[in-house]
Amino acid sequence: MNPLERAGARPGPAFTVTFDGRRIEALPGRTVAAVLWAAGITAWRSTRGGGRPRGVFCGIGVCFDCLVTVNGRPNQRACLVPARPGDVIRTQEGTGHAD
Amino acid sequence: MSEPLTCDVVVVGAGMVGAACALYAAREGLAVTVVDRGPVAGGTTGAGEGNLLVSDKAPGPELELALLSNRLWAEVAQDLGKPVEYEAKGGLVVAGTPETASGLREFAAAQRAAGVTAEPVPADRLRDLEPHLAPGLAGGVHYPQDAQVMPALAAAHLLRASGARLLTGREATRVLRAPDGAVCGVRTDRGDLHAPAVVNAAGTWGGELAARAGVSLPVLPRRGFVLVTEPLPPRIRHKVYAADYVADVASDSAALQTSPVVEGTTAGPVLIGASRERVGFDRSLSLPAVRALAAGATRLFPFLAGVRAMRTYMGFRPYLPDHLPAIGPDPRAPGLYHACGHEGAGIGLATGTGLLIAQSLTGRTAALDLTPFRPDRFPPRAADLTRRTGAPSAEAEEAEQ
Repeated sequence: MNPLERAGARPGPAFTVTFDGRRIEALPGRTVAAVLWAAGITAWRSTRGGGRPRGVFCGIGVCFDCLVTVNGRPNQRACLVPARPGDVIRTQEGTGHAD
Repeated sequence: MSEPLTCDVVVVGAGMVGAACALYAAREGLAVTVVDRGPVAGGTTGAGEGNLLVSDKAPGPELELALLSNRLWAEVAQDLGKPVEYEAKGGLVVAGTPETASGLREFAAAQRAAGVTAEPVPADRLRDLEPHLAPGLAGGVHYPQDAQVMPALAAAHLLRASGARLLTGREATRVLRAPDGAVCGVRTDRGDLHAPAVVNAAGTWGGELAARAGVSLPVLPRRGFVLVTEPLPPRIRHKVYAADYVADVASDSAALQTSPVVEGTTAGPVLIGASRERVGFDRSLSLPAVRALAAGATRLFPFLAGVRAMRTYMGFRPYLPDHLPAIGPDPRAPGLYHACGHEGAGIGLATGTGLLIAQSLTGRTAALDLTPFRPDRFPPRAADLTRRTGAPSAEAEEAEQ
């Protein structure tokens, strides 16, 4: 059942990132979205109008639904940004900008 | 089997102009069918910013059409409510140098005489209107009548409100003409649609549709890019642009021209236009164009330097040689009406165009004089004459140049 086995993948050693302060494990080469999904997290943004939860929709960088704040920078597409050791990933509320 | 084969008018083009034509024709009690080879708002409508501007137009027929259209947009927005994201936010045109500022003030004075509300803003008051504007600008003019819609939503909601039958993914391959020359419908790739009137609202492809009706209309594409930033809290209140934009719009140059037009949107992203180049239907990304847009916008709003552009989109603004649209009946093909060639102003001018077309269709007096918009005002192109007579006339050759 493990997709890594089915694909015969031999990823490098796992590293740690945080999501809203919680430590989660990440495999090298995965995007932020893949890391969050692998940890069972499917929503990391609330919409600007209704405050509704959002995560991956298209998964290929087109729809801009999966925007997330990584290392203090809001509005990054989780499906495109590669996860790096120590990344601080935070749920993005609205535009992700304070004012 | 239940699909009706006839109607009162076929509108070719499900963009903003076609939608407005459908709405006003339906309000006259006409049975309307809208046909488009693509989806709703799939052409120029979906590739613009939704500008409803009077500020960039010099006194003359286009400004009259813009003033009429702005009044009608306010009515339409009242009927349709929030979904079209109509915002009567006003425009602010700024000048970087004292020379540009004095030219802008003169331009505004002429517009005021033509019925535009245009309030000069001295340099030290600009930031009252736009707090994040760059320092050191020479002055500006505030145009409260300028407004904005979300164009794709506006086209879709106007079409829905019209109650017209909508056939997308269906191409009008020919405009059908009776032996006496009168238009009697369109042939599509999936059957004929019979109607005594056909409206050419095919936008940038309006010249091609005219040719399919056997008449010439020299609509050509002018490519424009729009840059989209990440969503931001409201920081830019008006449509803000540099005075040079007016000169670029009226220009006959084929080279790339950019002058920043910056605006916030209801959804959050800031839109940055507007480049113009004549490169045919070339859809490739031009890095110099988008780079110039970003640089121009940052000169107006320095805070944008720290904001990321997330994407860019482009489209083709349909223009005619004299930069006026073609609106009204075509005497060369009775029953054919044109509503295209609005260049970058088609969203703003759509409502007025729709009303004028509906008035023409029902034989009523048009709200504006249609003479400047006559579709047969251009001499036939040399190529057309060659086809017909074997040799181009001197007159036509001159017109080609």
